[in-house]
Amino acid sequence: MTDSHSLEAFKSHLKVYIAVFVALLVGTFITVAAWKWANFPTLTLTIAVALFIATIKAFLVAGYFMHLISERKVIYGVLVTTAVFFVAMMYLVVYSRGDMPSGTAYWGNQGQATEAATKGAK
Amino acid sequence: MEIPYTVEARPDTGLYNAKVGIWLFLASEVMLFGALFSSYILLRVGADAWPHGLLNVPIGMFNTTVLITSSITMVLAWANMKLGNPGKSRFYLGLTILCALAFLGIKTKEYHDKFVHYEVRMTDGTVMDGHLEKTSPDFAWGAGPNRFKIEKGSVEFQPIEKFDAKQFNVKRGETLTEVRHRLGLAKPGMLAPSHSHEKPVTLQASDIAWICNYVPRHSTYFAIYFTLTALHALHVIGGMIVLTYFWFQNPRLARIGRERYTNRLEVGGLFWHFVDLVWIFLFPVLYLL
Repeated sequence: MTDSHSLEAFKSHLKVYIAVFVALLVGTFITVAAWKWANFPTLTLTIAVALFIATIKAFLVAGYFMHLISERKVIYGVLVTTAVFFVAMMYLVVYSRGDMPSGTAYWGNQGQATEAATKGAK
Repeated sequence: MEIPYTVEARPDTGLYNAKVGIWLFLASEVMLFGALFSSYILLRVGADAWPHGLLNVPIGMFNTTVLITSSITMVLAWANMKLGNPGKSRFYLGLTILCALAFLGIKTKEYHDKFVHYEVRMTDGTVMDGHLEKTSPDFAWGAGPNRFKIEKGSVEFQPIEKFDAKQFNVKRGETLTEVRHRLGLAKPGMLAPSHSHEKPVTLQASDIAWICNYVPRHSTYFAIYFTLTALHALHVIGGMIVLTYFWFQNPRLARIGRERYTNRLEVGGLFWHFVDLVWIFLFPVLYLL
């Protein structure tokens, strides 16, 4: 059984959970408000802001609701391994962009591609 | 036979077995959703024009708060079990299941709204979107290579947004998304119109160069939208089945092994929070950006 001291400590956790819940709702509101009214000069900045807020929300959920802030080493080990593979997988996208056959028209290489295609036609 | 380490920690990991198990499973889930997110990035940077504002943001935002609420009620269900209040725990578990049902109900409505929404490109170049009101008795959809056409008959169409070929200088074959981009109507913060005062028009099969409702085959955007949200919805359904079992079995499970049941709630909760976490990224990525 839980003794009275740790029971009190656990009850104080409940307040933290409610605070995280409120923070998540506020985060959702800020995300939509920034999308609607902020008018960032570039799409890249809009994407960066929205994903930054989403990342903070994800850390709140994982850290407090999934109690990752105080977890055993074995769980951290699993997650670090996952993170490494996740980053490697995301890197494949970047890698694939640099691995196009020459002359292919693709994003970021329009000028060259058109030139190469014209030469080919001649 | 006794299942080992359901309550007491295994000496080498310092945890009960199910917790290690669920985290290994969640790690594989990260890779599953990660693969689809990286596909999204690749498809998006390779696209000529990415649509904006096609989904209903207020509904999406409301559904986000529903899912966040279900996360806090899940935490409270577990915490109350830990504090020795099975009744309260069951109450919060019930709220979690209701939130899951609400989320799925709203998602179904959103899907339905897309299924009845059509984009039409006319042979003169005019593009519009809207609803099919009525079809003539001899009406038939095209099939095979003509699946984006109407084979015969006519249809009464209620346009919501219409770009006349002459007025907006639309080239034949230009898509609605391309026209909206060209006119500066597709940006973050903008929603496609949902109501219009356009008059219904009757379209003959021969007037239509291309027609499709908002389903995966409509475009890359809807393909990835439906793939990601349907996979997410499957996870919501899966989680809901487990939580519903716990809700029905609550009195029995709490009586025969309170600590073990508390741990089972924790593990179910970990999965549930992960589903919430995925949605936290899906909402801005699909609805806003």
